[in-house]
Amino acid sequence: MPGTVRSWPVLRQWRRDPSARGVAARSARTGDRVARTRDVDRVAKSVCPYCAVGCGQDIYVKGGRIVQIEGDADSPVSRGRLCPKGAATLQLTTGENRLSKVLYRRPHASAFEELDLDTAMDMVADRVVATRRATFAWEDEGRRVRRTMGIASLGGATLDNEENYLMKKLYTALGALQIENQARI
Amino acid sequence: MAECHPVGFQWVMEAKARGATVIHVDPRFSRTSALADLHVPLRAGTDIVLLGAIVNHVLSTGKDFRDYVLHYTNAATIVSEEFADTEDLDGIFSGLIADERRYDPASWSYAGAPTPAAAGARAWPTGARGGTAETDPTLSHPRCVFQILRRHFSRYTPEMVEEVCGIPREHFAKLCAALVENSGRERTTAFCYAVGWTQHTVGVQYIRTAAILQLLLGNIGRPGGGIIALRGHASIQGSTDIPTLFDLLPGYLPMPQAGAHDSLSAYVASFVPEKGYWADARAYTVSLLKAWWGDAARAENDFCFDYLPRLTGSHGTYETVLAQLAGECRGYFLVGENPAVGSANGRLQRLAMAKLDWLVVRDFSLIESATWWKDGPEIETGELSTEEIATEVFFFPAAAHTEKDGSFTNTQRMLQWHHAAVVPSGDRRSDLWFYYHLGRRIRDKLAGSTDERDRPVLDLTWDYPTHGPLEEPSAEAVLAEINGTDADGNPLASFGALAADGSTSCGCWIYAGVYAGGVNQAARRRPGREQGHLAPEWGWAWPANRRVLYNRASADPEGHPWSGRKALVWWDSDTGRWTGHDVPDFPATTPPGATPPEGARGAGALGGDDAFTMQADGKAWLFAPSGLVDGPLPAHYEPQDSPFANRLYAQLHNPVRQVLRRRESRYGPDPGAPGSEVFPYVATTYRLTEHHTAGGMSRWVPYLSELQPEMFCEVSPQLAAERGLTHGGYATIVSPRAAIEARVLVTERMRPLTVQGRPCHQVGLPYHFGPNGLVTGDAANELAGLSLDPNVHIQEVKAFTVDIVPGRRPRGPALLALVDDYQRRADLSDETGTAP
Repeated sequence: MPGTVRSWPVLRQWRRDPSARGVAARSARTGDRVARTRDVDRVAKSVCPYCAVGCGQDIYVKGGRIVQIEGDADSPVSRGRLCPKGAATLQLTTGENRLSKVLYRRPHASAFEELDLDTAMDMVADRVVATRRATFAWEDEGRRVRRTMGIASLGGATLDNEENYLMKKLYTALGALQIENQARI
Repeated sequence: MAECHPVGFQWVMEAKARGATVIHVDPRFSRTSALADLHVPLRAGTDIVLLGAIVNHVLSTGKDFRDYVLHYTNAATIVSEEFADTEDLDGIFSGLIADERRYDPASWSYAGAPTPAAAGARAWPTGARGGTAETDPTLSHPRCVFQILRRHFSRYTPEMVEEVCGIPREHFAKLCAALVENSGRERTTAFCYAVGWTQHTVGVQYIRTAAILQLLLGNIGRPGGGIIALRGHASIQGSTDIPTLFDLLPGYLPMPQAGAHDSLSAYVASFVPEKGYWADARAYTVSLLKAWWGDAARAENDFCFDYLPRLTGSHGTYETVLAQLAGECRGYFLVGENPAVGSANGRLQRLAMAKLDWLVVRDFSLIESATWWKDGPEIETGELSTEEIATEVFFFPAAAHTEKDGSFTNTQRMLQWHHAAVVPSGDRRSDLWFYYHLGRRIRDKLAGSTDERDRPVLDLTWDYPTHGPLEEPSAEAVLAEINGTDADGNPLASFGALAADGSTSCGCWIYAGVYAGGVNQAARRRPGREQGHLAPEWGWAWPANRRVLYNRASADPEGHPWSGRKALVWWDSDTGRWTGHDVPDFPATTPPGATPPEGARGAGALGGDDAFTMQADGKAWLFAPSGLVDGPLPAHYEPQDSPFANRLYAQLHNPVRQVLRRRESRYGPDPGAPGSEVFPYVATTYRLTEHHTAGGMSRWVPYLSELQPEMFCEVSPQLAAERGLTHGGYATIVSPRAAIEARVLVTERMRPLTVQGRPCHQVGLPYHFGPNGLVTGDAANELAGLSLDPNVHIQEVKAFTVDIVPGRRPRGPALLALVDDYQRRADLSDETGTAP
């Protein structure tokens, strides 16, 4: 309608919208707007990452990027609703406060420096092997223990079951048993 | 619940709209209270008195659901004559070895029939095995559980509730009436709780008291009943089932103990009962060992059982902190957890991390646990200096749930799959990627080793398929391993198919069936509106897609639903099977009146009314003859730091709670002792709707930060007047260990109570804040002490004592001087408050 006489707000109000709260007040710019959830490439079915209610989330993806996250109306748990945290998931996952580079602090250093991911992985693997070797014990007070008390881990409740599984499996094989998560927090 | 699980709370509101009564018990008035029919404020740390008095009310007025109690609980079972109750010993149970701070639980046993517990301290009690517990169905034997219960709870009276909890008798009467009227054949009541019940030195016994009450009222295993844990992380249930916990293997199998479990047989024999589903624990264990060590796990080498490291006591997170301080634990992974803010006594956490050789932090942003070495509170006070800290710190940015496939297990035991929407950018990786590739690298480095200690690493099944440019491991392949396979490599349909001969493999027996038929059952998403209210085709609930545990108890002993409107499962005599709306939690073809044949074991040994199928006696335990380390029944003990004496018993605290004797973790004086007036108020911590736990997923999110922009404390107008606190101003809050500052919110939502004839003021503290992020503030957990529940080693952060004064806290070394001054005034030493 832009540019036509018929788009003149007064005319619209007089013809169709006496209270001027409907089409009379609607700008062309508003008329052109469409929901971010329309015309997306795909929708991934997901679950809210905050608490354990397990509300369903729909992740809208366009051009390889997440453009919106909304409650999944199909979910019998949540019926499409999300709380303030769940509704902020788009910002949590795509916001600029998430870091994307590995950082490393040398002993006694006063600042982080960037480190190549591959190098960092190798350094951590080296440290696990060395600390395990240095602290491995076959026995404790004459009882067989086959373990290392030199390596501990904390966290898991925000992760997937499959991730917890690989953690427990690897740590146990290494002989590390001070493995804990948020269950006590 | 409205604050912390708002979307779950919609169902409470649905129930209310249909006539349900909603009662909210909480020290402070919250959004939940605003929507409840009745808000009952109480003194933090006194719930056992409240619940115990309701138990007493039910027992003394004969309002228990007698048919349910008689058939499905151990009410009739006779307890050993060696047992002495808190009634006999003024607040302690028989078997206390005070100087070792532990109980010998032998005297709590059933008479002549030691019975192992299905959870907790699992080992068989001492005594001759194989005896059958005597019962008295008239419930009149003085040593039957029912009569012990009556005597034990008789001192939990409405007067005591008023005295100890600060709840007026008329409120208590309303609460009792609502519960009793809404329980029985036709109606059920549910209890919902969260860490307000668990984070105490008697946390497990809080839940036990609720369990006793719900069993007496017949509210377990039935629709609309239960004791519902509202858990606070997306897969905290899953990380307990598949445990990143020191004391468990997947599926609640215990970690082996040094000395006692040197072989698979010794391990299994130590805890496996004759009856119920735990009787097959050998099959669950062997299948787990097969999942982990594959072809290397063979009958002749005990299926690699010896590859498992052994426990020598408690190795929980707080013991680990002590091991770090001692220099014993040198490397630490933090995986989506922020102990510098979220754990009790943050200072001790940071001092311990400063002793590490290396620290790996995997998170979204630079949480406090990643930066304490350069800007933590101890740098400011001068206790630590950056140049002297030798710890190497690695920060790995984590992928979000939108960037990876995987399953979360929600608070209802339901697994829901989430699909990767995009590939993570930069160095962001899933934890699946991190641990798979870390394991791969470690195995490469150890390849060719002939050292026996490396065999468990090298023999590990670790060949997951990867995909995409990042070589992301297949989460579905891991799920398939968790589900398990039969001798032909086909996915298992249920845990019933597991074998002890090494022919089956299963990474977590309770999850067997989640990949039945080679289909990812957790990814099922048939819309809720197209299904009944249990929605069995949305996700998958362990075990066996069962939505209500122990649902045999929803039917009467004859197998008929207790009432038509509460029908869940029932016996179909035409087909000779259990059937119903849910998957029956019972051997499908065992009739209601069945008596197991002589010599039967496992599920086959369950009688027709043994509804509690994991229990060694098939009954729910009103009295726990084993499994707990601090008593077979709940008893009220005051929190470690409390301004009030124990009115119930001469024994002040849980005598076997875990305490430290350390300068950094001192406790307050006993109530009434000199110096106790220095910390006159009760503090409690809690969450806000707009933030999440220690803030790692909310304090860096602008929307959420704007909604709750600053640390604050909630106080009543009366306390504000007493201490000169100004709404919107600052207050300094001091505990026996630390001092923090917070903005003051003066609100009538905090109501002073009258306890033991004097006012009891409480201070509310949200625990999300810390010095990093978009919104900052002192962390409430700095104040909390390390006094732990002895069963589960959880910290008591829901009730402790503080002082509160107007104004900001001092900066730098002056902060330590302030705490020192308080400690001097209260005459604290490392020994204060540590007596049993």
